[in-house]
This record gives sequence, structure tokens and C-alpha cells, in this order.
Amino acid sequence: MKNIGYFFSEGCRNMLTHGFMSFAAVGITVACLLIMGTFSLVAYNANVNLEILQRENAVVAFVDDSLSDQEAQAIESRLAAVPGVADVTFVSRQEARDTYVANYDENGLYSELSANVFRHRYVIHITDQEQMHAIAAAVEDVEGIDKVRADEAITTGFITVRNVAQIISFALIAVLLVVSLFIISNTIKLTTFDRKDEIAIMKVVGATDGFIRWPFVFEGMIFGLVGSVVAFGLQWLLYAAIADGIAGNDTLQLIRIVPFGAIWAPVALFFLVVGMLVGIAGSLMAIHRFLRV
Amino acid sequence: MIRLKDVHKTYVNGTHALNGVSFQVDDGDFAFLVGPSGSGKSTIIKLLTGEIVPDRGRVMVNGFSVSNIREWQIPLMRRTVGVIFQDFRLIQNKTVYDNLALAMRAVGASRATVQERIPYVLELVGLRGKEKSFPDQLSGGEQQRVAIARALVNNPITIVADEPTGNLDPAMSLEIMTLLERINALGTTVIVVTHERELVNHFRKRVILLDRGTVIGDGVGTYEVEA
Ligand SMILES: Nc1ncnc2c1ncn2[C@@H]1O[C@H](COP(=O)(O)OP(=O)(O)OP(=O)(O)O)[C@@H](O)[C@H]1O
Ligand SMILES: [Mg+2]
Repeated sequence: MKNIGYFFSEGCRNMLTHGFMSFAAVGITVACLLIMGTFSLVAYNANVNLEILQRENAVVAFVDDSLSDQEAQAIESRLAAVPGVADVTFVSRQEARDTYVANYDENGLYSELSANVFRHRYVIHITDQEQMHAIAAAVEDVEGIDKVRADEAITTGFITVRNVAQIISFALIAVLLVVSLFIISNTIKLTTFDRKDEIAIMKVVGATDGFIRWPFVFEGMIFGLVGSVVAFGLQWLLYAAIADGIAGNDTLQLIRIVPFGAIWAPVALFFLVVGMLVGIAGSLMAIHRFLRV
Repeated sequence: MIRLKDVHKTYVNGTHALNGVSFQVDDGDFAFLVGPSGSGKSTIIKLLTGEIVPDRGRVMVNGFSVSNIREWQIPLMRRTVGVIFQDFRLIQNKTVYDNLALAMRAVGASRATVQERIPYVLELVGLRGKEKSFPDQLSGGEQQRVAIARALVNNPITIVADEPTGNLDPAMSLEIMTLLERINALGTTVIVVTHERELVNHFRKRVILLDRGTVIGDGVGTYEVEA
């Protein structure tokens, strides 16, 4: 389109005539994107951790000591039939002992350790971490199972974090989008007001509504674009800082944080799309009524 | 060509501004539109610029019918009509050049076309060298000449002027009217609304006389209000 340079420079001129309001419009867009982005990333990481747990976090069911080896192995099919159980692996006393020794015996201290200290056991993966408590209870009810060890605390923690982050981000996204839409649209309304004489002359000489609209749409787009670029940079810094903080903390170390390098592209795209949409919607809102004159 | 046929216009507040107005101005003609205050002169101008539509009757503007024009055609119709106002309506924070450029860019003219056309038009209205002046650095007559230049830049078929000399002293009024006459001589149709009897009589052009929303006189010569 041959007029695109004209629309762009007019859009920039619009922005500069209201320096402070333009600053506010960009600032509020940055804040919105940053808050939206942060909560979405927290929810995303909680989800990733849950998926890893799904794979790694197993329920261990210890077999009643009074059972014979045959009897102990016969429980497997009953365990597999428990709803929510994904897979079941039998681990014998001997295997459990060997693994333990391999893992912890650095100085040969445990080389004499008897397999009788250990019990036959089943390592059970479950389909849904959120159901861990119920499934563990059901497994414990299976005849021949003495005791179940399930690490619920971590799972519950991640689920809570994820749910809270999701709820907050949805609520905030709704509110913040409305706020930034409102600010952008009001900033652009100021420019339309400033330039109402110009617009009137343009209409008199036969400019189309579309032509009159474009510089304002560009103004909104620039707000969105600048806002999303700044927000992306800040999000990057914030994310890296939080990831470092978590990696350096003894208790929090077991939380896995997806490196920003692995997710920057979708984050950038999300910021750009949301920023531009808010900007364009804001400008259309601002000039909609104005052009009906 | 401009043609009104039995045009009626009543404003929303109930004022009957036009009660069956008919006249025609052919391409290349010059016409004064005169009449007492409130007789409907500005209403006719607004019909010609597509600002309002008639309630009844036909308004034809350079091939467009104002009463049943499609919305998207309105800008195209407006490009055939250059408008001049009593109060000039220049953009105060733009130079003479930028005021004219705005009117050209608004209808999609390229920067090169603008650069080529503006000096020619400024020359025509006698404002060569005032490109960089702002409106408040010019006299009233000069400002009105900028407005005339703006009406001309897009090469319209018709120029309509609603009391173009209403804010000017007599000497300047004569200058402006002479300029409009020259523009008409170059081929543009010109319709001028005015109150100034001496001016009208001086030029000996066609005079369309309105009173209370009807045409009560139409002929070449002088402006004489009937009793
Ligand atoms: N927007 C409007 N709403 C209501 N009534 C209007 C409007 N514009 C004009 N009128 C009325 O319509 C009538 C014709 O007005 P118009 O402006 O056409 O007169 P005019 O001939 O241009 O007068 P003047 O010489 O004072 O400019 C007047 O009675 C006026 O009060
Ligand atoms: Mg009038």
C-alpha cells in the first residue's frame, strides 16, 4: 500500500503530541503484559513440573511380609486393576537391596547388607497426580499390601500453585485488558480531539473514513508494539532472576524451571499478538464514534 | 454540473430551510447565490458538499445524486467540489505548504505530486514565497487565498464558497472575488454565496436570489432585493 509510510509517520506524530499520555498508554500495556506473562509462565512451569512428576513420582506399595514370593507376585494383576493406575512394576527384596546399595554405598559400607531388611514392593505410576491420595488409599486396600508410600506434598504444592496462578491470571487478564484498552483508547481520543479540524478538512476534500482511520490505527499499533517489546525484555529479566533465585535455593532446587531460551518464541509471539490486538482495538474504539459525523 | 430540482429541506427542529428550490449551474459557469439572512443559502452549500441530504427533490452534483448516493461514493463526490468557508478553516499549527499538502495527501496524492502541484497553485492565488508561513502570520485576505488554493489543489470541477469575503475589508473582498472570477475563467465552475451587494453588482454575473427557502429571482445582472 503506497500510503503506509504516510500513515506510519502520522501515527508517530500523534503519539508525540501527547508524550505523557502515550507514555502512560505504553506503560500500562507493559504492566498488563508483564503480569499476564508472569502468571502464565508460573502456571506453565507448575504444569511442566506436574508432568515430570507424573513420569517420575511413583507410589510405592510394600507387600505384607507374611506372604510368600509367589503370593507377593500374584498381587500384580489386582494392583493393575485399581482405577487410575498406569503401570505396575514388581521389585523384589533382592532388587530393592541392590538398587539401594548401588545408590548409597559409596565406601562399601553396605556390602554386607541383607536383602531381608527390605520388603517386596510394587512401584506404581498413576495417570493423574491430582488423584494421588485416592489412588494410594485404593492401593492400600488391596489384599496383601501392607503399607503405601506416596509423596503427596510436592504434588499438592504444584497443583495448588498451578491452579492459583491460572485463576489469578484469568481474572487479571480480563481486568488488565479492559484497563489497557481504556487507556489506549482515551489517549487516541485525545489525538482525535486535537486533530478534529484536520479531520474535518480531510472529510471536506473527500478523504475516505478508512484513510482517516489509518494513522490512528497505526498509533494504537505502535503503542501495542512498543509495549510488547518492552514487556518482553522485562519478562526475560524477571524470569531469569526468578530462575536463578530458585536454582540457588536449597529447598526450592527440586523445582524445575524451563529455561527462558526454550520458550522465548511463544512468549514473544503472545506478547506481540496481545499487544497489537489491544492497540488496534483501542484505536478503533477511539475513532469509531468520531467518524460517524 | 450542479442541479437542484424542487428541493425541500426541513431541519430536525422543524425549521423549513428550503421549500422547493430549483436551479442549475452548468460546467464552467459562475453564479452568485444571494438573499437575506436565513433564506437558505448555507443550506444549499451543505447539500452540495454532501453534509446534509434533501428531504424531497433531487440534488445532482457533477454526476452524483446526493439524495440516493451510496456511503462509499460520498468521498468521491466531495473530490469534485472545492469548498471555501467564511472563516478560512486553515490548520493553525501547519504551514501554508502543509495545509495544502494535507488536502492532497488526504485523497491519496503522492509526495512527488504534492511537491509538483503546490507551487503552481500558490502562484495562481498570488502567494508564491509564503509556503513556510503559518496562518497567523498572514493577513485575512492572504489566509482566504490559502483556503482557495486548498480548494483548488485537487483540481475540482466546482468551487463553492460560503461568504468567502464575510471576514474581509472591501478592498480585500474585491481581490478575492476577482481571484474567484479568474479561477472560473480557467474552467472551474464557481458558486459564491454573499451578502455584499456592491460586489455582486460590480461583476455583472448571474445572480440567484433566494428568500425564505425559495428562488425568487435568477438572472444575469445586479442584486436587487424586491420589496
Ligand atoms: N443545523 C440547523 N438546525 C436547525 N436549523 C437550521 C440549521 N441550520 C440552519 N438552520 C435554519 O435554517 C434556515 C436557513 O439557514 P441557512 O444557514 O441556510 O441560512 P443562510 O441563508 O445561510 O443565512 P445567513 O446569510 O445568515 O448565513 C434558518 O432559519 C436557520 O436558522
Ligand atoms: Mg449562511
